[in-house]
Amino acid sequence: MTPHNDIWVFAEVEGGQVADVSLELLGKGRELAEGLGVKLAAVILGSGTRRLASVLFAHGADMVYSAEHEGLAEYTTLPYARVLTALVRDRKPEIVLYGATPLGRDLAPRVASALRAGLTADCTDLQIGSYESGGRLYQRKLLQIRPAWGGNIIATIVSPDVLPQMATVREGVMHVPEPQDGREGILIDVPVEIPPEDHAVRILERQTHPRRVDLRAADIIVSGGYGLGSKENFALLEELASLLGARAQIGASRAAVDAGFVHADHQVGQTGTTVRPKLYIACGISGAVQHRAGMEESAKIIAINTDPEAPIFQIAHYGIVGDVREVIPRLIKALKGKL
Amino acid sequence: MPLRMIVLAKQVPDTKHVVGEVMKPDGTVNRGALAAIFNPEDLNALELGLQLKERYGGEVILMTMGPPRAVEILQDALCRGADRVILLSDRRFAASDTLATSYTIAQAITTRLMPYDMVLCGRQAIDGDTAQVGPQVADKLGISQVTFAEAVLEYQDGKFRIQRDLGRTQETVEVSAPVLLTVRRTANSPRWPNARLVLKYRRARCAFDIEKEAQRQGRSVDEVLAHLGEKGLFIETWGAEDIDADLARIGITGSPTKVKKVDNVVLAGRNLRLFRGDDAGVRELVTELVEERTFG
Repeated sequence: MTPHNDIWVFAEVEGGQVADVSLELLGKGRELAEGLGVKLAAVILGSGTRRLASVLFAHGADMVYSAEHEGLAEYTTLPYARVLTALVRDRKPEIVLYGATPLGRDLAPRVASALRAGLTADCTDLQIGSYESGGRLYQRKLLQIRPAWGGNIIATIVSPDVLPQMATVREGVMHVPEPQDGREGILIDVPVEIPPEDHAVRILERQTHPRRVDLRAADIIVSGGYGLGSKENFALLEELASLLGARAQIGASRAAVDAGFVHADHQVGQTGTTVRPKLYIACGISGAVQHRAGMEESAKIIAINTDPEAPIFQIAHYGIVGDVREVIPRLIKALKGKL
Repeated sequence: MPLRMIVLAKQVPDTKHVVGEVMKPDGTVNRGALAAIFNPEDLNALELGLQLKERYGGEVILMTMGPPRAVEILQDALCRGADRVILLSDRRFAASDTLATSYTIAQAITTRLMPYDMVLCGRQAIDGDTAQVGPQVADKLGISQVTFAEAVLEYQDGKFRIQRDLGRTQETVEVSAPVLLTVRRTANSPRWPNARLVLKYRRARCAFDIEKEAQRQGRSVDEVLAHLGEKGLFIETWGAEDIDADLARIGITGSPTKVKKVDNVVLAGRNLRLFRGDDAGVRELVTELVEERTFG
């Protein structure tokens, strides 16, 4: 069989729907596929998931590989890794992309190890480009771009000799493409066999609570850090956000989450959500590199902090040097007078 | 039934504390100036192993792969209660990516440390943040994995009940030994080194230190080795031959991924406009934002 050179996106299923990150990857995958002149395929595993193929086509997939089996109804590592590894061996894609979700980060390394392929974790950008080494020029390679060293450096990684080139990609950094309803593609059913020993991990209980807040959909994020000092002071942020309209939400730094001021669902940054609202108001957030990585693409940034040397001021458009606990009430008062 | 546990740990640059001299005047990080520390979540993995040993009996073996200097975290592990520590170190292991690293570690386990009930490692290391080595070692060992582990609730009849925390999803799973766990920082609070053990193990040395130690003590290498061995202060050091490694699968040769380039993150100045924090300053800011339609 001649090697194929398609780009694949592993389509993650979340609550019976295709996860947002997989749709984001289809958008990026489409762009890469067109640049390389190859096809874009989505791979979906589960039970009763074949019906989601139309969503994948609408978001840019030319082909959908659907593997349905009762044993794939809930994600467990070994059956998913087995099915995906076998399919990659059989069809030989050139690139395979996964969301850098807990599931993607559990599955992708397992598949990469079995295939002895390269894998780059938690990319924030993907491009096609060349790589030169030992007098040899590799062209049309996937450039896998990611922060490392706690966000202090940005590394560009390539897998020049080994196929497929694989990467997990951070949620929220790429855009979900506009769906084209009625867009069609080729649906390929993948036969599945799972040996009993693959069910080594048995799920006794699984609880998922809905996202308390969808920061990615917010136009305005009022975000609080350790500088707020207490859970009670976070209520000030809520009052400010409520004045700014329905699409304003509360964000937080990791320090504020760790201190118990607010639930982890509100966390913005490398280990939280990546956001790019029209306006980001950073209150009492010093702006550690891990936090900045998740918000620096906001259209406008206002920073309020007591420390004039805080790194947040280096990426902010507007700044107030002062105690947030005093400045926010003034901001609320001024807004009430203006709006 | 006692448990034999292998904890995997890494010495990492302290990327979370980039302050003072570590930051260069141009806003980039002087990587050489970062302190080398025990990867935080690997300490949580060690703590979980030690707690399981306290509950069920057994043995905690801690292994690290790294340059000779990584022996520092092995001394630390001994001082926190690890029963045995191993340094995997060889120039030919250098520049390994996660695939080559997981091959090397799995090879050390299968050739030298069988059998075992559990392999534990931190969820991820703070230098690369990849979270890949754990699952890749599990694959190479042919065992199942439980990533993002928060607690081991029970061990009975060769089966573990384990709690996982996946952010918005919490799971309780049952799995038979042997299994690999990656452990989250929220799983526990790692214990501090024990003072009595510190007094003992500060003299622990690995093979790379022996010559220097012999010179310092004015003894022969053999004498020093015999002395350390007798006192339980010799840290085992394994190279490629000791673990029967396929040279094509280790180090840079065994690493499919290559670093094309590294860019320093520079804080971009954005023409910051500063306002005063008093009533007048705040009003001025709000007026401007309303006028340019950022607010309202």
